[in-house]
Amino acid sequence: MSDKFRNTLLTIAFIAFLFFVAWLADSYLDEYVMRVVRTGLIYVTAAVSYNLINGIAGQFSLGPNGFMALGGYMVALLILPLEQKEFVWFLQPLIWPFRIFSLTKPLFPLALAIGGAAGALGALIVGVPSLRLRGDYLAIATFGFSQIIIVLANNLIPVTNGALGIKGIPEYANVYWCLTWAILTVLVISNLANSSYGRAMKSIRDDEVAAEAMGIPIFKHKLLAFVVSGFFAGVSGGLMASLITTVSPSLYSFSMTFNLLIIIVLGGLGSITGSTITAFAFTILSEALRFVESPINIGPVHIPGIAGMRMLVFSLLLVLLMVFYRQGLFGQKEISWDWVLSHFKNRDYQGVKTCPQKTDRS
Amino acid sequence: MNAAVFFQQLINGMSLGSLYALLAIGYTMVYGILRFINFAHSDIFMVGAYSAFFFIVIFRIPWPLAAALAVCFTALVGMTIDRVAYRPVRDAPRISALITAVGVSSFIENLGLVTVGARPKAFESPKFMSRVFHIGPVSITGVAIWVPIITFMLLVVMMYIVYRTKIGMAMRSVSTDIEATRLMGVDVDKVISYTFALGSALAAAGGILWACKYPRITPLMGVYPGWKAFTAAVVGGIGSIPGAMIGGFIIGLIEVMTVAFFPDLSGYRDGVIFLVLVVFLLIRPTGILGETLKEKV
Repeated sequence: MSDKFRNTLLTIAFIAFLFFVAWLADSYLDEYVMRVVRTGLIYVTAAVSYNLINGIAGQFSLGPNGFMALGGYMVALLILPLEQKEFVWFLQPLIWPFRIFSLTKPLFPLALAIGGAAGALGALIVGVPSLRLRGDYLAIATFGFSQIIIVLANNLIPVTNGALGIKGIPEYANVYWCLTWAILTVLVISNLANSSYGRAMKSIRDDEVAAEAMGIPIFKHKLLAFVVSGFFAGVSGGLMASLITTVSPSLYSFSMTFNLLIIIVLGGLGSITGSTITAFAFTILSEALRFVESPINIGPVHIPGIAGMRMLVFSLLLVLLMVFYRQGLFGQKEISWDWVLSHFKNRDYQGVKTCPQKTDRS
Repeated sequence: MNAAVFFQQLINGMSLGSLYALLAIGYTMVYGILRFINFAHSDIFMVGAYSAFFFIVIFRIPWPLAAALAVCFTALVGMTIDRVAYRPVRDAPRISALITAVGVSSFIENLGLVTVGARPKAFESPKFMSRVFHIGPVSITGVAIWVPIITFMLLVVMMYIVYRTKIGMAMRSVSTDIEATRLMGVDVDKVISYTFALGSALAAAGGILWACKYPRITPLMGVYPGWKAFTAAVVGGIGSIPGAMIGGFIIGLIEVMTVAFFPDLSGYRDGVIFLVLVVFLLIRPTGILGETLKEKV
């Protein structure tokens, strides 16, 4: 049995196991916990896709919130029931194609795919002109584009209902869909990262000039990373819209990008494993830290809740990470099946060092 | 649109533009030396306005003294940020410095939200700022006149420091070649520290004048002026101080004129500035007066 075949089998078994765990959790855990789990899974999709462009291709983008907004609004427009559409757009009618139909629950994955396509198209339109820029200039250009998307969302009332947003989106994003898309994202992006395209992207990250001298088409690879990242960002935006059941420009503001940035920096820029784990950790942590914003009574002493405390903690965390722990939890390493199995094998050989220690990506 | 309205808008645009120019200089000076965007600069602007507010309202210090104290205090804050957050990542990859700057910016904003609260505070501007002058059909508030005048005076002082003093010479030298300057025995870290102080002082002055013009101050007041000033720095040519001034006036005029000529587009006034930013980055990233950076291998 070749290693590759064995790894595929293990991956399939692991995915089946994850779905089994999701089924168990869905049956036994309460609504609140499941909501945290679903949010965590959506953050996995968003963070891993953001890591592709920032960590693997090394192009500092500040625009994922814009692509998430594109996907979120697209999915909201597709799945909002017709009577709800009339209710939301009571002053100005909704624009034509969305006015006459609405996708039902079985077509939710199709809606997500279209939302992802909207994100990918947005990434293509933003990427073609701006990926010629580098470093901070690229960061600023992507930031500018995402801000333009948010400004449009605030003003294009026939499409987005302006600052009021769209309410009453059906909650189709159950734990299975969130898990499916999180797994798809991790699989697609880790396979991409381990392919020749991914190696080209990493070489661009490490030294753009050297990569170009080696004959790698720089622009093509950057654009590929950007568009794939935009697709999954769009999907995660759509899932989030369906989870929260409302979309508004403030949901996809810059703080969304900021959260994703903390996740990928904490996990290690370039590590998909890191992003996956820290996406969950971040979601749980931001729920756990809710207590610092709520009023506390310790005996006679009353401490009023302070809004913004969580973000203060997270921004401090980001700065401290950058100053003291720049490589993050995983650096650029990944947990692979070879790495996991090497631990078991070593034990069998009882100290006979015939098995090479593979600690990095397979 | 008649001539009087146009003139009125021109004055408004110049007054807004001079504030953007004050803020843009800080961005451009730090970029010129360190080649990184100080995202926290817009929050320094906010710190300037708030510290003036507290000196006036809490400590009841007379206005001019309070403004001067606020400027000094903000300069210290700028130096502290450089020392604590930016100096440790100076030799790290540039993406790290950028992420740190994003983190510092968010930290200051949220520290503001936690300590002084999200509710806007009413800023007391001095009497001479709120008087209204009438010249024919055009009515001008004191702020619209005083802001460009004070800005101009500050810019003269700043230009004197940068082009006529020893520390200014060191700043220009560091921005040309940091390694060679270090080899000449200049304490580069000290020069960078002074640069942050000077940029932050100008931002504080901008913040105080902004608060006189728009007397509702909030912890997030710096965000949009910051981005517009940054756009101004890019339009003028990032790294170039005269460019930042020209860019500031251009952005101020564009913003005011967009709303004046196309009232329907007033919801897009921030979008227009971001469009200018993106278009400039794509067509002429070096701006009007900037120099082309050579690729270093």
